[in-house]
Amino acid sequence: MSIKDIISPFSVWKRAAQKPWTIKDPINDRPGAENYRGFHKNDFDKCVGCGTCEDICQNAAIDLMPVEGVETDMGDSGLRPMIDYGRCCWCALCVDVCPTGSLTMSNDYTWVTDDPEDYRFIPGADKKKWDDCEKGYKRADNFQLIDFERIKMKELGVEERSSPFIEMVKGYSKEQAIEEAERCLECGICVARCPAHMDIPEYIKAIREDDIELAVQILYKTNPFSASCGRVCTHHCEDVCSLAHNGEPIAIRWLKRYILDQVSPEEMAKVLKSIIQTNNKKVAIIGAGPGGLSAAYYLRLLGYEITIFEGNEKGGGMLRYGIPEYRLPYDQLDKDIDYIASLGVKINYNTRIGDEVNFDDIYNSNDALFISPGLWNSIPVNITGEELPNVISGIDLLNKVTNNEEIELGSKVAVIGGGNSAMDAARTAKRLGAEVEVYYRRRIEDMPADVEEIVEAQEENVKFFPQTTPLELKKEGSRIKFIWGKNKMERKEGERPKPVLIKGETFETDIDTFIIAIGQKADLSFLPEKINNNLETKWSKVVVNENGQTTVEKIFSGGDASNNKADAVSAIADGHKAAVGIDKYLNK
Amino acid sequence: MTKQSKSKYNNFKVDRSKFPEMENGKPVIDLDSHKYTKLWQGPQHPGVTGNMAIELTINGDEIVQAKTHVGYLHRGFEKLLERRKYIQGFTIVCRICVPEPDTNEYLYSAAVEELAGIEIPKKAKWIRTLNLEMSRLASFLMWLGGQAGSLGMGVIGQWTVGMRDFWLDLFEEMTGGRIYHMYMIPGGVRKDLPEGFVERAKELIVETRKLLFDIEKALFNNAIFKSRLKGLGIIPPEMVDEYGIVGANARASGKEYDVRMNNPYLKYPELDMKMITSTGGDAFARAEVRYQEIHQTLDLISQILDKLPREGEIQAKIPNVVNWKIPTGETYVKAESTRGEHGFYVVSDGTKYPRRVFNRGASYTHAISVFEKLAINRSISDTAALLVSLQTCPPEIER
Repeated sequence: MSIKDIISPFSVWKRAAQKPWTIKDPINDRPGAENYRGFHKNDFDKCVGCGTCEDICQNAAIDLMPVEGVETDMGDSGLRPMIDYGRCCWCALCVDVCPTGSLTMSNDYTWVTDDPEDYRFIPGADKKKWDDCEKGYKRADNFQLIDFERIKMKELGVEERSSPFIEMVKGYSKEQAIEEAERCLECGICVARCPAHMDIPEYIKAIREDDIELAVQILYKTNPFSASCGRVCTHHCEDVCSLAHNGEPIAIRWLKRYILDQVSPEEMAKVLKSIIQTNNKKVAIIGAGPGGLSAAYYLRLLGYEITIFEGNEKGGGMLRYGIPEYRLPYDQLDKDIDYIASLGVKINYNTRIGDEVNFDDIYNSNDALFISPGLWNSIPVNITGEELPNVISGIDLLNKVTNNEEIELGSKVAVIGGGNSAMDAARTAKRLGAEVEVYYRRRIEDMPADVEEIVEAQEENVKFFPQTTPLELKKEGSRIKFIWGKNKMERKEGERPKPVLIKGETFETDIDTFIIAIGQKADLSFLPEKINNNLETKWSKVVVNENGQTTVEKIFSGGDASNNKADAVSAIADGHKAAVGIDKYLNK
Repeated sequence: MTKQSKSKYNNFKVDRSKFPEMENGKPVIDLDSHKYTKLWQGPQHPGVTGNMAIELTINGDEIVQAKTHVGYLHRGFEKLLERRKYIQGFTIVCRICVPEPDTNEYLYSAAVEELAGIEIPKKAKWIRTLNLEMSRLASFLMWLGGQAGSLGMGVIGQWTVGMRDFWLDLFEEMTGGRIYHMYMIPGGVRKDLPEGFVERAKELIVETRKLLFDIEKALFNNAIFKSRLKGLGIIPPEMVDEYGIVGANARASGKEYDVRMNNPYLKYPELDMKMITSTGGDAFARAEVRYQEIHQTLDLISQILDKLPREGEIQAKIPNVVNWKIPTGETYVKAESTRGEHGFYVVSDGTKYPRRVFNRGASYTHAISVFEKLAINRSISDTAALLVSLQTCPPEIER
C-alpha cells in the first residue's frame, strides 16, 4: 500500500462534473429498438385463427376467442388470439411460429392502465395505442420454425406419361410420409373445409406415430372411399391449410393415399374390425357411385340390409367412368368397393330401374330409399351442327375408354369447357393420339379445373384457347369446320368478370372430333311420374334437407344429383349424412 | 492475513484457527452457553448476491458458523422443461441466471442441436460467440459494481451498471430484449445483426475501456479496497479440485482451467486469447483476475466484430418445431460463464419433450460449500465482500 492508493480514489470526483448518463424522459427521448419485443399486434386480414400461437405458448398465455365482426368461414376458424399479460413472458415464440405472419409486436416499452382486466386483450380487436406502430419484432425472413416446403412426390415425366394409361403419381415412402406429416400444425382448419369433415389432423398424427391401423380406422369413420379420395379428391382442405398462406400446404391427399397404400384389400377387414348386428330393416340404394356406396357402408354398419341397383357393369360411378385410369387406377377403386361389398351389401350391377326392375317394387319392399343417380346427361352447347356424328360429350369419351370400346377421334380434337371433366377429356384424347385444343369462354385463371390439372395438360402439349365462344359446326367431308369467336372480359364491380363476344372476330379451325365438356345433368326419368311430381328440384338438382331427405318422405338423395359441388368427397359426405338421416327417420 | 487492530479486546490478535473447535468437520457450538448469537443475513439484504440467506452463528463479530439457505426463488426450471416442447425450452433456461442468461440459452440450444445432429451455420456460430462475450461483459460489469458496493463504494456500482445499460441497449438492438434475450434458439439465432451494429459496438468498447481506466484508479489503487480484500477468503490450490471450484475463483488460485480454451466451442478456437491466472487465491486476486478478464472480453468482442461474416445463414434447417422429436440420447455440454464452468446435461427419450434437463451452475459449490468454509473466523462485515468475490448467483443454485 502506498500514498498513491490513498490519493488515487479521489479521482472519482472527476466524473461528478460530467454530463450524467441518465435520461430524464427515457420513454420519449429514447424509443425502443427497431427489433424490440414490445406489445402484441395482430393483422386480422391475415389471421385465420389457426391457434398455432396458442399451441406453442409455453405460458398458456394465449386463448383463442370469438370476436365480434369476424365470421367463421371456410379457411377461418373465426377465432382470434387473446393474450394474457399476466402470463406472457414476451418471448415472441408466437410471432415466430405464426404461419400467416399476422402476429407481430410493437416496440413500445410501457403501457399503464388502471383496470387489470385490460391486460387480457385481443390484439387487433381491442384498439391499443401501439396498433399503428411500424417498428417492433417480426419474424425474420431467413428464420423459420415451421416447415413451409412440401415433401415432393415422385411423378412420371411428361414423355413417360403422355401415351399409356398408367398411374402418373407415385406414392410416398414411409420416411417421406412421416416427414410430410411432421409439417402439420394440427390447427384443424382443414376439417371444417372438408365436405366429409374428415379428422385430418388425427390421421396425420397417426402417420407420424406410424400407426397405420389407427389411421385407417380414422379415415373410415367419415370416408369409405379413402383409397380413391387419396388420389382424386378435389382437396379443398389443402386450399385452406394454414401453411398455404406463406408456403406449400400439407399434402393431405397424398398422405391419405399413403395410409391406404399400406393396407392390402385382404387386411382391410382385420384392420377395421367392423361388427354388424342386423336390425332387419331394409334400405334400397339407386346408383353405386361414391354417394350410394357411402350411404350403404354407414347404413350397413348400423345394421340395415342394403340392396344397391346399378345400371353399369361395375360400381364407382363417376370415379370409374368419369375419371381416367392414369389418375385413379381401377384396382384402387375396386379395393374400396370390395370392402363395402364384403360387409354384406348386395350390389345388383347391370340393373336399370324400369328395364330390369320396377321402381314401385323397390319402393314398397324397402323401408327407405337413397337415390344417387349421378349426372350422366351432357349439357349441350346449343349451336348449329351439334347433332353432327363427330360431336361427342366428354363423359361419353371417358366412359368408352373405361369400357375398352374402340374410339376413333381423328387427328385433331376440340374440347369445350374448363372444368376437371374437360381436362380429363382433353388429356385422355391426347393419350389416344390426337392433337388437342381446349376452348374456354373465360381466362385460364378462371378455369374451375384444379391448377395441377391445367399445368399438367399444358405440359402434355394440350393447347389452350381461353376467352373463346363456339359459334357453329359445319360438316366438311369427314371433318368438321369449327367456327368460333373471341371474347373480351367485362368487369362489373363485385361481380365475376363476364365474357362478351367481340363482334367480327371469328375464326375457323378444321377438326375431326368436337368434345363437349361444359357440364352434366341428372337423369331422373326412372322415377314414376307420381313421385317425380312430388320431388322438388331446383336448377335440375334434387332438393334435400339437412338429413339428406327429399320432399318425398321415404326417399333420401345425395351425390352429384343433389349437390352443386360435383366432386366425390361431397357425394361421400352426402352418403354419410343421409345414412345418419335414414337411421333417424326409421327410428323416430 | 490483513493487519489487525491493536485493541486488546480484539479476538483476531491471537491465532483463531483452533476456534471454534471442530468435530467431524462441523463446529462444536453450545448455543446455551450464551456466548453465541444467531444472525440472518438475507434473504432481503443488499449484502447478499440475490434471493438467498446466510444463517450466521457469531461470537462477538466473528463468524463461527455460516449456513447458506436457499429455496426463496425455486421455480423448478428443470422440472418445467420436462413438460415443454424442445423449442419452448429456450424461453425458460435464460431465467436460470439473470445477469448472464445467454450461457444458459447457448448451452440448452447446443445440447438439443447435438442430440438432433444439427450443425448450425458459420454466421450463427459467430453471432453466438459475440452474444456470449457481450453477456460475460455485462455480467462482469455488474459484479464489479457489486464488489465495490459490498465495501461501501457505491459510486463504482453506478458507473458500471450505467455502462452495462449501454451494453443492454446493444442487446436490445440485437435480440429484441434487454435482460432475457431469448435469442439463441435450437437451430441458430433468431435475427441477423441490425445495420450499424458493429460500428456502435466498437464505439462502446472504447467508452468501456475509458471507464475501466477510471475504475482502476479508483478501485484497484484504493487503500481500503486492497486492505479489505487482501487475505479475505483464501482458496488454497489444493482446495480447488477438492471442492470443484471453477472459473475465476479457481484461476485466482493458480488453476489453469477455462472451458473456452480447454474445451473450445463455437468460434473460440479462431480467437486469440490467453489464460489469465493468479496465485494469490484471495478475494483481491479474484478481483484482479476478473478485472483482467473484462479487458480480455472487450478484446475478444473486437476480434469477433472484425471476423464476423456479413453474409450467411443464421439458422440451420430444422423440422416443424410443433412436432419436433429429438432422437434418443444424452449429452453434457459446457461453456465458460463469468462464474465458471456452466453445463447442461440433457436426456432425450425420443419424444417431443426432454426426459431430463440438468443444469450445472458454478454457484452451487461456490455459495454453499466454499462460502461456508471461507466465512469461518471472518468478521460479519466481510460476508458481503466474500460472497461477491466468489461471484455467486442464487437462481443457479436452485434451478
